Amino acid sequence: MDFGLMQVWQDGWIKAILLGATITIAVGAASMVAGALIGTICGVVKWARIFPLTFVVDAYTSLVRGVPELLIIYLLFFSSVEFVTRVASAFGYAGVADNGYAFIIAVVAIGTISGAYATEVIRGALASIPAGHIEAARAVGLPGRRIFRRIIAPQMLRIAIPGMNNVWQTTIKDTALVSVVGLQELMRAATVGAGSTRHPFIFFLIAAVVYLLITLVSQTGFDWVERLLKLRSRK
Amino acid sequence: MDFELVQHAVPVLLKGLGITGLLTALSVLIGFNLGLGLALMRLSQNCFVASFAKYYSMTFRGTPLLVQLFLFYYGLGQLPFARENAVTWWVISDGTRCAVMALALNTAAYTSEILRGGLMSIPAGLTEAAKAGGMSSLLRFRRIEFPLAIRQALPAYGNELILVVKGTSLASTITVLEITGYAKRLMSQTFAILEVFVIAGALYLVINIILIALIRALERHLMRHEGR
Repeated sequence: MDFGLMQVWQDGWIKAILLGATITIAVGAASMVAGALIGTICGVVKWARIFPLTFVVDAYTSLVRGVPELLIIYLLFFSSVEFVTRVASAFGYAGVADNGYAFIIAVVAIGTISGAYATEVIRGALASIPAGHIEAARAVGLPGRRIFRRIIAPQMLRIAIPGMNNVWQTTIKDTALVSVVGLQELMRAATVGAGSTRHPFIFFLIAAVVYLLITLVSQTGFDWVERLLKLRSRK
Repeated sequence: MDFELVQHAVPVLLKGLGITGLLTALSVLIGFNLGLGLALMRLSQNCFVASFAKYYSMTFRGTPLLVQLFLFYYGLGQLPFARENAVTWWVISDGTRCAVMALALNTAAYTSEILRGGLMSIPAGLTEAAKAGGMSSLLRFRRIEFPLAIRQALPAYGNELILVVKGTSLASTITVLEITGYAKRLMSQTFAILEVFVIAGALYLVINIILIALIRALERHLMRHEGR
């Protein structure tokens, strides 16, 4: 009995899956950039306890980290889909609400989630910078902005890299969830292939292997960056 | 916020709460024991056993839970040996049982990493002292190694429990009607997306807050000898 391996080759499903994989990586990378930006801003706010904002950030991180990702994705998709189609059709673009739109909402949703985790990573990294370094910089008379750029940011980056690696790994895995609302990424391509060829086993197995490759390769990349930064600090 | 709608939605979502709790409890129960076994395998001297545990955890931690869930629920039914064996068919033929299996296998991988860290943090002197005292390896594990490892691993394991609770929401994609499943149905029936989200999200937050409190209490109970 064959499990449809021949069919996967012959009907060009491999191409669809590879296309899906690039979209998965694109969503993951864009969300990670968004998440890192949110994380840096919110992490600094949380670390410095900037008065009214710190409560907002606390509420954001504990809400997003306590509620399932799938529920957040449903909220963002369903609440925006009607609004966007109405706006788009008012301007005469009825078909806009498919892939391009799904991509943007996917990045917003996954970026919101990874931002909450990145906030905690950045806050932890900032908290582990010895207070003496900052006091010394202040004693020398460096202005606040330069203290951040020269003393805080370089140390923070180095400490935050392993944590950011974890955030990236969960982010790339979370992108699989947006397939349930229709973005044509890796998981969606596998589901469509499984449905139309009736060979779900091979399709989901291929998807699993591709995800594993993505995470393993990026793990190696992060390890490399970590080594690189460590080497430079030792000189 | 529409009060009448909230009155309609709360009982429906509470119905899902039971299934979410059941999924969590069963998969944590199975996953913890599997994870403990895997952690011990990982630390074993036998390199085949150790590398099996290593690759198991790499595979399950490197792929999304959704893929694992779909592979088990849709994929395994295609394999003749899984379909013809009464036990495996009993598991994969039902969404709830399949979700428990996927969640348990998934959390076992993460748990094994957490417990491995705990087991490795035990000072060698303590194990050696137990050995010198003539304890068998089983007794040593039960009285010395496990109690010390679990104290070390508990905070990280608390985080993993939260991830399992959130992971149960994926069961809704394979037809299980738990909180998220009912929430999605209500969202498409009533279009009251924000209201349903707020109630469902609050339920998850309550579960997680209770779990965190329980773990903290257990931690305090286990650490009572420290005396603050």
